[in-house]
Amino acid sequence: MSAGQPPAPEALLEAEFELGFTYSRTLGPVIGTCFAVLANHRFLGIKRSDGSVLFPPLEYDPETAESLSEWVELGDTGTVEGYCWVKHPRDKHNELAPFAWALIKLDGADTPFLHKVRVPDESVICPGLRVKPLWVAEPQGDITDIAAFVPASEVNS
Amino acid sequence: MRDVAIVSYAQAPMQRDAGGRTDVELLVPVMDQALAGAQLGRKDIDFVCSGSCDYLAGAAFSFVMAVDALGATPCAQESHVEMDAAWALYEAWLKFQCGEIDTALIYGFGKSAPGDLPDVLSLQLDPYYTQPLWPDSISLAAIQAQMSIAKGCFSEREMAQVVAESRRNAQRNPHAQLKGEYAVDGLLSEPTFVSPLRRHDCSPISDGCSVLILASKEKAAALCERPAWIKGLDHRMESHFLGTRDLTTSASSKQSAEALQLDRDKLDCAELYAPFSHQQLILQQALGLKENTDINRSGGALAGHVLMAAGLDRFGAAAQEIFAGRADRALAHATSGPCLQQNLFGVLEGAA
Amino acid sequence: MTSRPSPDIPEPKEMVERPVYLTYRYRANPQSNRFLHAIKQGLILGVRSKGSGKVLVPPPGVCPETGTLTPGEMIELSNNGTVLSYTIVHLPIPNSKLKPPFVVANILLDGADQAFSHLIAECELKDVQIGTRVRAKWKPEEEWDYGLENIEYFVLSGEPAVDIESHREARLQEAAKHA
Repeated sequence: MSAGQPPAPEALLEAEFELGFTYSRTLGPVIGTCFAVLANHRFLGIKRSDGSVLFPPLEYDPETAESLSEWVELGDTGTVEGYCWVKHPRDKHNELAPFAWALIKLDGADTPFLHKVRVPDESVICPGLRVKPLWVAEPQGDITDIAAFVPASEVNS
Repeated sequence: MRDVAIVSYAQAPMQRDAGGRTDVELLVPVMDQALAGAQLGRKDIDFVCSGSCDYLAGAAFSFVMAVDALGATPCAQESHVEMDAAWALYEAWLKFQCGEIDTALIYGFGKSAPGDLPDVLSLQLDPYYTQPLWPDSISLAAIQAQMSIAKGCFSEREMAQVVAESRRNAQRNPHAQLKGEYAVDGLLSEPTFVSPLRRHDCSPISDGCSVLILASKEKAAALCERPAWIKGLDHRMESHFLGTRDLTTSASSKQSAEALQLDRDKLDCAELYAPFSHQQLILQQALGLKENTDINRSGGALAGHVLMAAGLDRFGAAAQEIFAGRADRALAHATSGPCLQQNLFGVLEGAA
Repeated sequence: MTSRPSPDIPEPKEMVERPVYLTYRYRANPQSNRFLHAIKQGLILGVRSKGSGKVLVPPPGVCPETGTLTPGEMIELSNNGTVLSYTIVHLPIPNSKLKPPFVVANILLDGADQAFSHLIAECELKDVQIGTRVRAKWKPEEEWDYGLENIEYFVLSGEPAVDIESHREARLQEAAKHA
C-alpha cells in the first residue's frame, strides 16, 4: 500500500483567514446610563465613597468594591494627563493621520480615561493640554460616539 | 507547606516566525529535552499543566492539539490556563500543596507570527469603554513610559541602558532572538516608534515554547543535582481601568515584595518579565532591588518574547542560575495584562 | 442608600454590538502540505508513526499516542473504509446541498488506524451501521481543491460488513510490527 513515489515537495500552502466574533453585550445600569447620555453629548461620572468621581463610571468602586450609584454631571472639557504619539496608525485605530492616545481627565472627574487626541503634530500634545470631544455625526450611545478629542482652543463653544 | 522544586527546564529557540510547524511539533523536542534533563519519561509525570492563548494564532482549542505532545494514551492528568504558563506553574504548585502529586510538567507555547499581536492583545481590555477604540499593547505601554519619564522616575537614557544590557546578556543565551553589543548613544539616536518608545524599547514578537518540571521534596534530589526550591509565590492583580491605577509604579509588585519578605541583600539575580524597557525600571524600583542583584542574565523578554511562555521562561532562567551554582537565591517574575496589570513572583533558592 | 441623583438621568441603554474581527495567515506544516497537495490530485495520504506503528490520517505531525514526531513514511490509503460510529443529522448545514436527514460518520479507511469524520449519502439511513463498508465518492476532478471536501461524501460499497473488534485487533497486530 506504500505510495511508490510520494509527491515531490511542493509550494508551502498558505491562506489568509478572518476570525469574527459577533458579540453583543448587555450594559447594566451604570455603563448603560453613561452610554445613553453620551448620545446627547453629555458626560456623567459616578461618585465614590471618598467623594472622588470616576469617569468612566463603574458599578463598583475599584478599591473598596462598594456599589456605586450617585451620578455627577461632568464638563465636556478635559485635561491630558499622559499620552503617546502614534506616527503610524494601525488599521484598527481608524485614524488617517498620526495622532495621540491620551489619558484624559474630564472637568469634574478624578480619574482619567483613554481616548484619542487629534493634533497636527507631536509637539502640540503635552500634559495639561485642554481638550474637547469631537462627536461623530450619528451618535449611537457608545464610547465611539466620540471620534477623538481635539484641543479646546480649536472648538467654538 | 510542601517543599517543591524546579528540577528541569528547556526552551525552544525564540524566533520571529516558526513557519508552518505547529505548536505541538515545536513542543515535542523541547519536552523530550526537559524530561531527559530530569531522567524522566512521559509516563513518570503525575500532572501536566499548560498555558497558551487561542487568539494568538487564531486556532480554536489549540491547547487540545498540544496534548498530543504528551503521548496521553490512555490518559494523562492534565489542566490548562488561558494565561502565561507561569500561572500553570502556580496551579501545579497548589496541586503539590494539596498532596496530590510528586511530579509535574509545565509547558507554555505561543505562535504570534500568524496574527497581529498588538491588535490581538487589545482584546485583554475592558470590552465596554476601552477595547472598542482598539488601543494596541505598544501604545498603552508608551503612555506609561511617558508618564513615568515626565514624573522623573527614570530617563530615556536609562531605558536604552536596559536594552543594551539585555542584548549584552543575551549573548550567553543560545535561544535569544536579539543579542549583541549596542552603544546607548546609538540606541538613543534612533527615531521614536510610538513616542516616547523606540522600537528597541519594545520586546520582539517571538514564536516558541518552553517546558519546566517540578518535583516534591521526596523526588527532587534524585532528579536534579541542585534543585531550585520554590520558597514563596505571590500573585496580585490591579484594576483593569488604566485611569484608576498609578501607571508610574507597580503597586502590586510592592505588595508582593512585602508579602514574600524579600531579602534584597541576599538576592543574587532576578528574572523580570518586562515586555518594554521602562517596565523593567518600574519593577526594579517598586521591588526596591539593589546593586547586588543582577537583572535578567538571560536577556529577559527584550531578547525574546514568546507570549504565554515568557513568564515561565523567567522561572526557568532563574532556576538555571541555581542549577549551575551561579546563584543561591533568585527572584522570578511573570506579568500579564496591559502596563504590568498582573504580577506573579517566585523566590527560588538553592538550599532546601 | 442611593442618594437622589441631581442630574437628569435617562433610562440606561441596554445593549451594544461588540464585533471583533481579526485577520490571520495560516501556513501548512510540512506533513499537512504533502497531504493537501496529494488530495488535490485525488490521493489520500496517511503517515505511519514510528512510535506506535499506527497509520494516521490526516497526518498530524505528532503521534498522540506516544508524543513523538511523525516524520516517517507517507502511505497512500484506499478509497474504501469502514464505519466506526455514526450519527443522523436532522439539521441542514449552511451552504450545503445535502438535505437532512443525512449521516455523519467516523470512517476508518483501509490501511489506516485513525478515523476521520465525513458524510455518508445515497443510501437508506437504516443501512448505515457500525461495521458498514463505504467508499469515497469524489467530486468531478475539475472541482478538486486542497481539502477533504474533494470527497463529496461516502457511499455504501456493497461489501459485507466488518466486525470492528476483530478488525481493530488485526490492525493492532499490524501496528506492533512497525512500532
